[in-house]
Amino acid sequence: MIYWELIWSFFQVGLLGFGGGYAAMPLIQHQVVELHPWMTMTEFSDLLTISQMTPGPIAINAATFVGTRVAGIPGALAATIGCVLPSCVVVLALAVLYARYRRLALIQGVLSGLRPAVVALIAASGLSIVYLTFFGTEVLPALASLLSRTDILAVLLFAVALFLLRKFRLNPIWVMLGTGAAGLILYPAAEWINGLVAGRIS
Amino acid sequence: MNAHSSAEPPKGLRLYRTLFLSSLQLSAFTFGGGYVIVPLMRRRFVEQLHWIDEEEMLDMTAIAQAAPGAMAVNAALLVGYRMAGFVGALVTMAGTILPPLLMLTVISYFYEAFRDNTVVALILKGMRAGVAAVIADVVVTMARGVARERRLLPLLLMAGAFAASYFFAVNVALILLICGAAGALDTLIRRRREEKP
Repeated sequence: MIYWELIWSFFQVGLLGFGGGYAAMPLIQHQVVELHPWMTMTEFSDLLTISQMTPGPIAINAATFVGTRVAGIPGALAATIGCVLPSCVVVLALAVLYARYRRLALIQGVLSGLRPAVVALIAASGLSIVYLTFFGTEVLPALASLLSRTDILAVLLFAVALFLLRKFRLNPIWVMLGTGAAGLILYPAAEWINGLVAGRIS
Repeated sequence: MNAHSSAEPPKGLRLYRTLFLSSLQLSAFTFGGGYVIVPLMRRRFVEQLHWIDEEEMLDMTAIAQAAPGAMAVNAALLVGYRMAGFVGALVTMAGTILPPLLMLTVISYFYEAFRDNTVVALILKGMRAGVAAVIADVVVTMARGVARERRLLPLLLMAGAFAASYFFAVNVALILLICGAAGALDTLIRRRREEKP
Protein backbone atom coordinates (compact mmCIF):
# COMPACT_ATOMS: atom_id res chain seq x y z
CA MET A 1 0.00 0.00 0.00
CA ILE A 2 1.23 3.47 -0.91
CA TYR A 3 0.81 4.86 2.61
CA TRP A 4 3.05 2.19 4.11
CA GLU A 5 5.64 2.84 1.43
CA LEU A 6 5.56 6.55 2.26
CA ILE A 7 5.83 5.89 6.00
CA TRP A 8 8.71 3.44 5.54
CA SER A 9 10.63 5.67 3.11
CA PHE A 10 10.45 8.72 5.34
CA PHE A 11 11.03 6.65 8.46
CA GLN A 12 14.46 5.89 7.01
CA VAL A 13 15.04 9.57 6.22
CA GLY A 14 14.11 10.50 9.79
CA LEU A 15 16.23 7.76 11.31
CA LEU A 16 19.41 8.35 9.34
CA GLY A 17 19.32 12.13 8.92
CA PHE A 18 21.68 13.21 11.67
CA GLY A 19 22.99 16.71 12.02
CA GLY A 20 20.47 19.00 10.44
CA GLY A 21 18.59 19.50 7.22
CA TYR A 22 21.42 19.37 4.75
CA ALA A 23 22.51 15.94 5.96
CA ALA A 24 19.03 14.61 5.16
CA MET A 25 18.98 15.88 1.57
CA PRO A 26 20.84 13.03 -0.14
CA LEU A 27 18.73 10.53 1.81
CA ILE A 28 15.52 12.17 0.65
CA GLN A 29 16.78 12.27 -2.90
CA HIS A 30 17.63 8.57 -2.76
CA GLN A 31 14.17 7.69 -1.49
CA VAL A 32 11.95 9.86 -3.67
CA VAL A 33 13.92 10.13 -6.92
CA GLU A 34 16.05 7.00 -7.21
CA LEU A 35 14.22 4.31 -5.25
CA HIS A 36 10.64 5.36 -5.98
CA PRO A 37 9.27 7.14 -9.05
CA TRP A 38 7.75 9.85 -6.91
CA MET A 39 9.64 12.86 -8.22
CA THR A 40 11.91 13.87 -11.08
CA MET A 41 15.28 15.44 -10.32
CA THR A 42 13.94 18.82 -11.47
CA GLU A 43 11.00 18.56 -9.11
CA PHE A 44 13.40 17.61 -6.35
CA SER A 45 15.56 20.68 -6.88
CA ASP A 46 12.38 22.79 -6.91
CA LEU A 47 11.50 21.18 -3.60
CA LEU A 48 14.86 22.28 -2.17
CA THR A 49 14.27 25.83 -3.35
CA ILE A 50 10.80 25.87 -1.83
CA SER A 51 12.10 24.35 1.42
CA GLN A 52 14.50 27.25 1.73
CA MET A 53 11.65 29.66 1.14
CA THR A 54 9.30 28.19 3.73
CA PRO A 55 9.76 27.66 7.46
CA GLY A 56 10.16 24.25 8.99
CA PRO A 57 12.60 21.35 8.72
CA ILE A 58 13.53 20.32 5.20
CA ALA A 59 12.71 16.65 5.88
CA ILE A 60 9.17 17.54 6.99
CA ASN A 61 8.78 19.83 4.01
CA ALA A 62 9.89 17.06 1.67
CA ALA A 63 7.61 14.52 3.35
CA THR A 64 4.61 16.80 3.01
CA PHE A 65 5.38 17.79 -0.56
CA VAL A 66 6.02 14.26 -1.78
CA GLY A 67 3.13 12.79 0.21
CA THR A 68 0.66 15.30 -1.20
CA ARG A 69 1.73 14.70 -4.78
CA VAL A 70 1.70 10.92 -4.45
CA ALA A 71 -1.40 10.33 -2.34
CA GLY A 72 -3.07 13.63 -1.42
CA ILE A 73 -3.40 14.91 2.11
CA PRO A 74 -3.51 11.45 3.74
CA GLY A 75 -0.24 10.77 1.91
CA ALA A 76 1.27 13.95 3.37
CA LEU A 77 0.24 12.86 6.85
CA ALA A 78 1.60 9.35 6.37
CA ALA A 79 4.98 10.57 5.11
CA THR A 80 5.27 13.16 7.88
CA ILE A 81 4.41 10.64 10.60
CA GLY A 82 7.00 8.25 9.21
CA CYS A 83 9.55 11.06 9.21
CA VAL A 84 9.11 12.08 12.86
CA LEU A 85 8.64 8.58 14.32
CA PRO A 86 12.38 7.88 14.85
CA SER A 87 12.82 11.31 16.47
CA CYS A 88 9.93 10.62 18.83
CA VAL A 89 11.38 7.34 20.05
CA VAL A 90 15.05 8.35 20.31
CA VAL A 91 14.54 11.88 21.64
CA LEU A 92 11.96 10.84 24.23
CA ALA A 93 14.26 8.07 25.46
CA LEU A 94 17.05 10.65 25.79
CA ALA A 95 14.66 13.09 27.48
CA VAL A 96 13.75 10.48 30.10
CA LEU A 97 17.43 9.70 30.71
CA TYR A 98 18.29 13.38 30.90
CA ALA A 99 15.52 14.08 33.43
CA ARG A 100 16.63 11.15 35.57
CA TYR A 101 20.42 11.40 35.41
CA ARG A 102 21.25 15.04 34.69
CA ARG A 103 22.32 15.57 38.30
CA LEU A 104 24.94 12.78 38.19
CA ALA A 105 28.48 14.15 38.29
CA LEU A 106 29.57 12.22 35.20
CA ILE A 107 26.57 13.38 33.16
CA GLN A 108 27.18 16.92 34.40
CA GLY A 109 30.71 16.54 33.05
CA VAL A 110 29.50 15.33 29.65
CA LEU A 111 27.00 18.18 29.45
CA SER A 112 29.64 20.74 30.47
CA GLY A 113 31.64 19.61 27.44
CA LEU A 114 28.63 19.66 25.13
CA ARG A 115 27.47 23.18 25.97
CA PRO A 116 30.46 25.05 24.47
CA ALA A 117 30.37 22.67 21.48
CA VAL A 118 26.74 23.53 20.78
CA VAL A 119 27.49 27.25 20.92
CA ALA A 120 30.32 26.65 18.43
CA LEU A 121 28.10 24.63 16.08
CA ILE A 122 25.47 27.37 16.07
CA ALA A 123 28.21 29.94 15.43
CA ALA A 124 29.60 27.93 12.51
CA SER A 125 26.21 27.57 10.85
CA GLY A 126 25.47 31.23 11.63
CA LEU A 127 28.66 32.37 9.91
CA SER A 128 27.64 30.54 6.73
CA ILE A 129 24.28 32.30 6.84
CA VAL A 130 25.98 35.67 7.40
CA TYR A 131 28.24 35.12 4.37
CA LEU A 132 25.29 33.96 2.29
CA THR A 133 23.43 37.11 3.26
CA PHE A 134 26.33 39.49 2.64
CA PHE A 135 28.00 37.97 -0.41
CA GLY A 136 25.56 35.43 -1.87
CA THR A 137 27.97 32.54 -1.20
CA GLU A 138 28.54 30.46 1.91
CA VAL A 139 32.27 31.17 1.99
CA LEU A 140 34.16 34.45 2.14
CA PRO A 141 34.90 35.62 -1.43
CA ALA A 142 38.41 36.66 -2.48
CA LEU A 143 39.48 40.07 -1.26
CA ALA A 144 39.60 41.51 -4.78
CA SER A 145 35.93 40.79 -5.44
CA LEU A 146 34.83 41.35 -1.86
CA LEU A 147 33.44 44.86 -2.28
CA SER A 148 31.72 44.27 -5.62
CA ARG A 149 30.03 41.17 -4.28
CA THR A 150 28.82 42.73 -1.04
CA ASP A 151 25.09 43.27 -0.75
CA ILE A 152 25.35 46.59 1.13
CA LEU A 153 21.63 46.70 1.85
CA ALA A 154 21.80 43.26 3.48
CA VAL A 155 24.75 44.37 5.62
CA LEU A 156 22.76 47.42 6.73
CA LEU A 157 19.65 45.36 7.51
CA PHE A 158 21.79 42.89 9.47
CA ALA A 159 23.43 45.68 11.48
CA VAL A 160 20.14 47.36 12.33
CA ALA A 161 18.52 44.03 13.24
CA LEU A 162 21.43 43.03 15.47
CA PHE A 163 21.39 46.43 17.15
CA LEU A 164 17.66 46.15 17.89
CA LEU A 165 18.10 42.62 19.23
CA ARG A 166 21.01 43.45 21.52
CA LYS A 167 19.97 46.89 22.68
CA PHE A 168 16.21 46.49 23.07
CA ARG A 169 15.90 42.67 23.31
CA LEU A 170 13.33 42.87 20.51
CA ASN A 171 11.50 39.62 19.76
CA PRO A 172 13.37 37.71 16.98
CA ILE A 173 10.08 37.07 15.20
CA TRP A 174 9.43 40.81 14.85
CA VAL A 175 12.98 41.34 13.68
CA MET A 176 12.60 38.71 10.94
CA LEU A 177 9.22 40.09 9.85
CA GLY A 178 10.69 43.61 9.88
CA THR A 179 13.67 42.75 7.71
CA GLY A 180 11.35 40.83 5.35
CA ALA A 181 9.16 43.91 4.91
CA ALA A 182 12.25 46.10 4.57
CA GLY A 183 13.58 43.79 1.84
CA LEU A 184 10.33 44.07 -0.11
CA ILE A 185 10.49 47.88 -0.02
CA LEU A 186 14.21 48.67 -0.01
CA TYR A 187 15.55 46.29 -2.71
CA PRO A 188 13.30 47.70 -5.45
CA ALA A 189 13.95 51.22 -4.08
CA ALA A 190 17.71 50.69 -4.24
CA GLU A 191 17.40 49.40 -7.79
CA TRP A 192 15.32 52.41 -8.77
CA ILE A 193 17.90 54.82 -7.31
CA ASN A 194 20.70 52.91 -9.02
CA GLY A 195 18.87 53.22 -12.31
CA LEU A 196 18.36 56.93 -11.74
CA VAL A 197 22.07 57.49 -10.97
CA ALA A 198 23.19 55.39 -13.93
CA GLY A 199 20.82 57.34 -16.20
CA ARG A 200 22.25 60.66 -15.10
CA ILE A 201 25.86 59.57 -15.64
CA SER A 202 25.44 58.16 -19.14
CA MET B 1 22.76 31.12 35.85
CA ASN B 2 19.49 29.99 37.39
CA ALA B 3 18.15 33.48 37.80
CA HIS B 4 15.67 32.97 34.97
CA SER B 5 13.94 29.74 35.94
CA SER B 6 11.59 30.79 38.66
CA ALA B 7 8.12 31.16 37.18
CA GLU B 8 5.60 28.44 37.97
CA PRO B 9 4.01 27.11 34.76
CA PRO B 10 0.22 26.62 34.72
CA LYS B 11 -1.25 23.14 34.94
CA GLY B 12 -3.45 20.98 32.71
CA LEU B 13 -5.10 22.34 29.61
CA ARG B 14 -3.71 25.84 29.98
CA LEU B 15 -0.18 24.46 29.97
CA TYR B 16 -0.90 22.34 26.88
CA ARG B 17 -2.45 25.31 25.13
CA THR B 18 0.57 27.54 25.83
CA LEU B 19 2.95 24.80 24.71
CA PHE B 20 0.98 24.16 21.52
CA LEU B 21 0.61 27.82 20.57
CA SER B 22 4.24 28.61 21.41
CA SER B 23 5.63 25.78 19.31
CA LEU B 24 3.20 26.60 16.48
CA GLN B 25 4.42 30.19 16.43
CA LEU B 26 8.10 29.28 16.72
CA SER B 27 7.89 26.68 13.97
CA ALA B 28 6.23 29.12 11.60
CA PHE B 29 9.39 31.26 11.85
CA THR B 30 12.20 28.72 11.61
CA PHE B 31 13.54 30.03 8.33
CA GLY B 32 17.12 29.29 7.42
CA GLY B 33 17.85 25.94 9.02
CA GLY B 34 17.25 24.13 12.28
CA TYR B 35 19.44 26.28 14.49
CA VAL B 36 17.06 29.22 14.20
CA ILE B 37 14.77 27.32 16.55
CA VAL B 38 17.33 27.81 19.36
CA PRO B 39 17.12 31.62 19.64
CA LEU B 40 13.36 31.48 19.21
CA MET B 41 12.87 28.83 21.90
CA ARG B 42 15.35 30.52 24.20
CA ARG B 43 13.49 33.79 23.93
CA ARG B 44 10.10 32.18 24.53
CA PHE B 45 10.82 29.61 27.24
CA VAL B 46 13.87 31.10 29.00
CA GLU B 47 13.40 34.86 28.74
CA GLN B 48 9.64 35.32 28.41
CA LEU B 49 8.08 32.43 30.30
CA HIS B 50 11.05 31.65 32.63
CA TRP B 51 10.12 27.95 32.56
CA ILE B 52 13.53 26.64 31.51
CA ASP B 53 16.95 27.90 32.55
CA GLU B 54 19.82 28.85 30.29
CA GLU B 55 21.89 25.73 30.97
CA GLU B 56 19.02 23.34 30.37
CA MET B 57 18.29 25.06 27.07
CA LEU B 58 21.87 24.39 25.96
CA ASP B 59 21.65 20.77 27.14
CA MET B 60 18.44 20.30 25.17
CA THR B 61 20.06 21.84 22.10
CA ALA B 62 22.92 19.36 22.41
CA ILE B 63 20.55 16.40 22.76
CA ALA B 64 18.38 17.61 19.87
CA GLN B 65 21.49 17.91 17.74
CA ALA B 66 22.89 14.52 18.68
CA ALA B 67 19.63 12.63 18.02
CA PRO B 68 18.50 11.66 14.52
CA GLY B 69 15.89 13.71 12.71
CA ALA B 70 15.08 17.37 12.35
CA MET B 71 16.52 19.72 14.95
CA ALA B 72 13.30 21.73 15.38
CA VAL B 73 11.19 18.62 15.97
CA ASN B 74 13.71 17.17 18.43
CA ALA B 75 13.99 20.41 20.38
CA ALA B 76 10.19 20.70 20.52
CA LEU B 77 9.90 17.14 21.83
CA LEU B 78 12.45 17.89 24.57
CA VAL B 79 10.81 21.11 25.70
CA GLY B 80 7.37 19.46 25.66
CA TYR B 81 8.57 16.49 27.69
CA ARG B 82 10.37 18.74 30.16
CA MET B 83 7.24 20.81 30.76
CA ALA B 84 4.46 18.22 30.62
CA GLY B 85 5.77 14.69 30.10
CA PHE B 86 4.89 12.50 27.12
CA VAL B 87 1.62 14.29 26.38
CA GLY B 88 3.49 17.59 26.42
CA ALA B 89 6.02 16.20 23.94
CA LEU B 90 3.23 15.15 21.58
CA VAL B 91 1.59 18.56 21.93
CA THR B 92 4.75 20.52 21.07
CA MET B 93 5.58 18.11 18.24
CA ALA B 94 2.13 18.60 16.72
CA GLY B 95 2.57 22.37 17.04
CA THR B 96 5.95 22.17 15.31
CA ILE B 97 4.83 19.95 12.44
CA LEU B 98 1.59 21.73 11.64
CA PRO B 99 2.91 24.97 10.04
CA PRO B 100 5.23 23.28 7.49
CA LEU B 101 2.61 20.57 6.87
CA LEU B 102 -0.12 23.09 6.06
CA MET B 103 2.15 25.41 4.12
CA LEU B 104 3.73 22.74 1.96
CA THR B 105 0.40 21.04 1.29
CA VAL B 106 -0.97 24.29 -0.08
CA ILE B 107 2.22 25.16 -1.97
CA SER B 108 2.53 21.71 -3.55
CA TYR B 109 -0.59 22.49 -5.59
CA PHE B 110 0.83 25.64 -7.19
CA TYR B 111 4.52 25.52 -6.45
CA GLU B 112 5.77 26.99 -9.70
CA ALA B 113 3.86 30.22 -9.10
CA PHE B 114 5.23 30.42 -5.57
CA ARG B 115 8.80 29.64 -6.57
CA ASP B 116 8.87 32.33 -9.27
CA ASN B 117 7.05 35.03 -7.30
CA THR B 118 9.14 38.25 -7.04
CA VAL B 119 7.40 39.54 -3.91
CA VAL B 120 8.14 36.30 -2.06
CA ALA B 121 11.77 36.40 -3.24
CA LEU B 122 12.28 39.99 -2.01
CA ILE B 123 10.73 39.30 1.40
CA LEU B 124 12.90 36.22 1.82
CA LYS B 125 16.01 38.13 0.80
CA GLY B 126 15.33 40.72 3.50
CA MET B 127 14.37 38.07 6.03
CA ARG B 128 17.68 36.29 5.57
CA ALA B 129 19.48 39.33 6.99
CA GLY B 130 17.14 39.14 9.98
CA VAL B 131 17.82 35.42 10.44
CA ALA B 132 21.57 36.06 10.34
CA ALA B 133 21.19 38.77 13.01
CA VAL B 134 19.03 36.55 15.22
CA ILE B 135 21.64 33.79 15.13
CA ALA B 136 24.52 36.25 15.70
CA ASP B 137 22.66 37.64 18.72
CA VAL B 138 22.13 34.24 20.35
CA VAL B 139 25.73 33.22 19.67
CA VAL B 140 27.04 36.36 21.40
CA THR B 141 24.77 35.76 24.41
CA MET B 142 25.66 32.08 24.70
CA ALA B 143 29.39 32.54 24.12
CA ARG B 144 29.43 35.15 26.88
CA GLY B 145 27.82 32.59 29.17
CA VAL B 146 30.62 30.12 28.39
CA ALA B 147 33.29 32.80 28.87
CA ARG B 148 31.81 33.79 32.22
CA GLU B 149 32.76 30.40 33.69
CA ARG B 150 36.36 31.65 33.57
CA ARG B 151 37.75 28.21 32.78
CA LEU B 152 40.08 27.26 29.99
CA LEU B 153 38.57 23.94 28.88
CA PRO B 154 35.12 25.22 27.82
CA LEU B 155 36.78 28.01 25.81
CA LEU B 156 39.14 25.53 24.15
CA LEU B 157 36.26 23.18 23.35
CA MET B 158 34.28 26.06 21.90
CA ALA B 159 37.16 27.20 19.67
CA GLY B 160 38.03 23.64 18.66
CA ALA B 161 34.45 22.67 17.86
CA PHE B 162 34.02 25.82 15.78
CA ALA B 163 37.17 25.13 13.76
CA ALA B 164 36.28 21.46 13.31
CA SER B 165 32.79 22.25 12.09
CA TYR B 166 33.44 25.36 10.04
CA PHE B 167 36.86 24.80 8.50
CA PHE B 168 37.10 21.02 8.39
CA ALA B 169 33.40 20.03 8.08
CA VAL B 170 33.85 17.33 10.70
CA ASN B 171 30.72 15.28 11.39
CA VAL B 172 28.56 16.95 14.04
CA ALA B 173 28.02 13.71 15.97
CA LEU B 174 31.78 13.19 16.22
CA ILE B 175 32.34 16.74 17.50
CA LEU B 176 29.70 16.27 20.18
CA LEU B 177 31.13 12.87 21.13
CA ILE B 178 34.65 14.25 21.63
CA CYS B 179 33.51 17.35 23.53
CA GLY B 180 31.23 15.28 25.77
CA ALA B 181 34.06 12.86 26.53
CA ALA B 182 36.44 15.75 27.26
CA GLY B 183 33.92 17.25 29.68
CA ALA B 184 33.42 13.90 31.45
CA LEU B 185 37.15 13.32 31.73
CA ASP B 186 37.70 16.81 33.09
CA THR B 187 35.06 16.26 35.78
CA LEU B 188 36.54 12.90 36.80
CA ILE B 189 40.05 14.34 37.09
CA ARG B 190 38.88 17.30 39.12
CA ARG B 191 36.92 15.08 41.49
CA ARG B 192 39.88 12.82 42.05
CA ARG B 193 42.03 15.85 42.84
CA GLU B 194 39.45 17.06 45.37
CA GLU B 195 39.40 13.68 47.08
CA LYS B 196 43.19 13.58 47.44
CA PRO B 197 44.27 17.04 48.59
